[in-house]
Amino acid sequence: MNTALSWIKAYVPQLECGDQEYTDAMTLSGTKVETYERLDKNLEKIYVGQILSIEKHPDADKLIVCQVDLGEKQLQIVTGAPNVKVGDKIPVVVDGGKVAGGHDGSPLPKDGIVIKNGKLRGVESYGMMCSIEELGSTRDFYPEAPENGIYIFPEDTQVGADAIEVLGLRDTVFEYEVTSNRVDCYSVLGIAREAAATFGKPFVPPVVEVKENGEKVEDYISVEVVDQDLCSRYCARVCTNIKIGPSPKWMQRRLAASGIRPINNLVDITNYVMEEYGQPMHAFDLDTIEGKKIIVKRAADGEEFETLDGQVRKLDSEMLMICDGAKQIGIAGIMGGENSKITDEVKTVLFEAATFNGANIRKSAKRLGLRTDASGKFEKGLDPRNAKAAIDRACQLIQELGCGEVVSGTVDVCAPLKELNRIPFDPVRVNDLLGTDISITTMLEIFERLELEYQEDTKELIIPSFRQDLEGIADIAEEVARFYGYDKIPMTLPSGEATTGKLPFKLRLEEKARDIAEFCGFSQGMCYSFESPKVFDKLLLAEDDQARNAIVISNPLGEDFSIMRTVPLNGILTSLATNYNRRNKDVRLYELGNVYLPKALPLTELPDERMQFTLGFYGEGDFFTMKGVIEEYFDALGLTKKLTYDPKAGKVFLHPGRQAKIIYEGVELGYLGEVHPEVLDNYDMGTKAYVAVLDMPSIEPFATFNRKFEGIAKYPAVSRDISMVVPKEILVGQIEEVICQRGGKILESYGLFDVYEGSQIKEGFKSVAYSITFRAKDRTLEEADVTAAMKKILNGLEAMGIELRG
Amino acid sequence: MKAKLEQIKTEALAQINSAGTLEELNDVRVNVLGKKGALTAVLKSMKDVAPEDRPKVGQMVNETREEVEKVLEEAIGKMEKAKREAQMKAEVIDVTLPAKKHNVGHRHPNTIAMEEVERIFIGMGYEVVEGPEVETDYYNFEALNIPADHPAKDEQDTFYINGDILLRTQTSGTQVHVMEQGKLPIRMIAPGRVFRSDEVDATHSPSFHQIEGLVIDKKITFADLKGTLAEFAKELFGEETKVKFRPHHFNFTEPSAEMDVSCFKCGGSGCRFCKGSGWIEILGCGMVHPNVLRMSNIDPEKYSGFAFGMGLERIALLKYEIDDMRLLYENDIRFLRQF
Repeated sequence: MNTALSWIKAYVPQLECGDQEYTDAMTLSGTKVETYERLDKNLEKIYVGQILSIEKHPDADKLIVCQVDLGEKQLQIVTGAPNVKVGDKIPVVVDGGKVAGGHDGSPLPKDGIVIKNGKLRGVESYGMMCSIEELGSTRDFYPEAPENGIYIFPEDTQVGADAIEVLGLRDTVFEYEVTSNRVDCYSVLGIAREAAATFGKPFVPPVVEVKENGEKVEDYISVEVVDQDLCSRYCARVCTNIKIGPSPKWMQRRLAASGIRPINNLVDITNYVMEEYGQPMHAFDLDTIEGKKIIVKRAADGEEFETLDGQVRKLDSEMLMICDGAKQIGIAGIMGGENSKITDEVKTVLFEAATFNGANIRKSAKRLGLRTDASGKFEKGLDPRNAKAAIDRACQLIQELGCGEVVSGTVDVCAPLKELNRIPFDPVRVNDLLGTDISITTMLEIFERLELEYQEDTKELIIPSFRQDLEGIADIAEEVARFYGYDKIPMTLPSGEATTGKLPFKLRLEEKARDIAEFCGFSQGMCYSFESPKVFDKLLLAEDDQARNAIVISNPLGEDFSIMRTVPLNGILTSLATNYNRRNKDVRLYELGNVYLPKALPLTELPDERMQFTLGFYGEGDFFTMKGVIEEYFDALGLTKKLTYDPKAGKVFLHPGRQAKIIYEGVELGYLGEVHPEVLDNYDMGTKAYVAVLDMPSIEPFATFNRKFEGIAKYPAVSRDISMVVPKEILVGQIEEVICQRGGKILESYGLFDVYEGSQIKEGFKSVAYSITFRAKDRTLEEADVTAAMKKILNGLEAMGIELRG
Repeated sequence: MKAKLEQIKTEALAQINSAGTLEELNDVRVNVLGKKGALTAVLKSMKDVAPEDRPKVGQMVNETREEVEKVLEEAIGKMEKAKREAQMKAEVIDVTLPAKKHNVGHRHPNTIAMEEVERIFIGMGYEVVEGPEVETDYYNFEALNIPADHPAKDEQDTFYINGDILLRTQTSGTQVHVMEQGKLPIRMIAPGRVFRSDEVDATHSPSFHQIEGLVIDKKITFADLKGTLAEFAKELFGEETKVKFRPHHFNFTEPSAEMDVSCFKCGGSGCRFCKGSGWIEILGCGMVHPNVLRMSNIDPEKYSGFAFGMGLERIALLKYEIDDMRLLYENDIRFLRQF
């Protein structure tokens, strides 16, 4: 909301403060000033001059030489302006002064333009006459200014006067951020009331007295509200003998500062009252209304209606319409109809000031795709008491500004007004809540400034109707705090029972995942939780793949963000591809993020959110590099038992011969593998990539940070190397299983040191060599112990069809 | 005999002096002191010495041995030292050659900021809690005093799955989950991912992170809120950081405030970061609204509390001077490596 400070000062006449002081004080009392701008910030030494004579420039056809009277002195000014004549009063900037911009209305330079004496085609010029654009404004806000020419003041303007002042530009426009609960502050009066309370000055709202012409409003119009649930009050008044013309300058200036273009007296008055009271008004041409009747009721589904912007709108049965005896004439609270709009020929006007249901207006405006100044105000939920005040104010202005006559009386269809809210005043609780020791006197003084009436006998505060936001003692505490000063409230730390800070186990596992991934060279990425359903095709998932059962967002930002991911790979692959295409080398990324698995679709209960630890890389490294990272992580989580890697992982997006399920104690914890070349193509990656996905909820039950020292071996170890010829299809994992199972208690470790396939080995076989280490905790091993253990192992291996080599 | 010993000694010392290598010195040792050496030979010839002279001769032999040994050891020591020095001289490296780095990975700036915030609050006795990202309307809105049809619901540009299930727009719902468990007092923070339907640009993302905080106990005051958050700001932004609380409005707190911190780039004198104001808006906070307490079955007559919430991205962008939010979700390694 933008408002000129001069308009605020009109209702707080004793307010005197600088712009920054005002900004700070208002912000600290809760009416946040976003920015402010002085209208005269780049305007200096500009006065009202009168043209005494005009001569042709001797050397330029398009220039004229003017003698200008500035009161105290006369100046010669050369101009190319086509619109000036002798006797005109114009703004003149003199030597060393400043204007805001050029005459063409292009964007204003930050520091304005300095004007100096100079020669134009050899003739001295001691200043410049200004157009409205040079003064930093436009014809939108000064409709009387000529197109392409010097601004001309009214004849009665005093020569030599400060032109900035005369133009109403000695002012500052403040932009406020009003919070949604303070409906009353979406009005000049509301902000003025806050300003008065903030600075402790009297608040002087306008005195509304309407001079009526004695005719009866009931002879002109009747009102029937059919759908009272959507319209709690409808006030109608009639003005006759309307004379359309420009509104007075002071009104134009205030509207312009608020960003509203002055049009004519009638339109300006409705806009003015909307700004001043925060109550939207609508004006109908009474002569277009049939049956002398207004009916307020819901539209029917599928009806169409032409709004006054000439657009045809589709209606539905939840939209409230203003109708006359025969037809619809406006969409309530949003926009009037083309069929009843005001033209310059209007003779009689019907004013409407109503209170519509905020939520309904909001939804209707949304469905229509038509959010107007009026709907923006209605949707916040207005005070019905304000409607009557605003319509009277509008009629007062019509009469006072000579725009027309006011017919006596108001047609006022009003649901019973809610009684004023009462809140028990408990100063102890206020201080308890704030941690302060504010006296009752101070509190009562604050209430008085805010027009909250204190009833001593019942110890209650009576809340004015415009403060719908005040409901209980906590709200009262805020009012006290705001005007006592948030900055004066002390700073303490909570007393009471001590609590232990902690990170839950799940998050500690994630922290460890980050640590290990980073030790292994992976950097953390972050990807969106929603993605495109096309991802499933990119990952080659079958039409009936379980993973395609994803949660769909009903109002997504577009198809690319329309489903909640069920597989975490797309994010990491997309990120790897981004890096690849930017020619970054050897990129390793990981992500910790949820997948969202619905229990049933459509969703009836919340989905299973599963944290996934996803790793991916391209460049240096291979499948076993990734396997190493996983095992480092499992070591860090105390998963000390043997992991099984099952090559039949069944992941269609991975290379069929280079993938594995990771199994621990019979539970699948995740998978890893080389990305399928077709998937790489789908992501525009021209290099091999490897990924791993660990399902954190599956890992959590096995993880522990507890460790137990088992002593350092005292007795020597004995090692035996075995070399074997193994059928190709046997995995080394199977050999290791045999070693583990058969090695007995004394088996300490084993290590693969050679795998070879090639010319020296017979077809269909490979050579594999292991070093096996034995050790006893309590004695030095004897040859017999080791031989026995080895024999068991070798027997087991032979049973698998493995041949032992010498 | 004496002369012989003297001669052995003189010859030995001369050989030691003239020796140029460790091998030559070793030869001296063998030739003079060894089993077949000159001094041993003297001892062996002891049987020719008169018995009464034997102790004296023995002593003379020992003295000669000790003397030769001493000089020999010194010479060996010197030579070994010289040899080592020569070796080290030959081994001089160019220490400015490139390091062999392990190429560790980097944490995401969001996570760095999150862990820092967590560390501060854990230190103050807060527990870190998580809540669901796909949430019901009740926890995201209604239980936070944002009833159906409230305009605040529209302001938050919610992604809906259906009428009742949505993507949470704020981490505040986690407060309600914790309060409902009924264990008091509460001191918690809830970091997490939230969603709002904002188009992606330099300052917006449809998915971002918040950290919510909640304290509920007997006699918690607005002054406690101020004190706690001032401590937090000092920890996060530096000891000299000042805070300013401005009245604001949130449905689930009353009184409510926004907290600004003195600009940590310019210290408050005004710069492009704080848009010249000297202050940077950092978080929203307030005393938990009595309606919110009541809905979670906590008696507002007995208990009070405060809550606060901040955007993680905002803190990360400010702290690390990142000028475009899109960088946070592109995962370009050249970006990530800088943290």
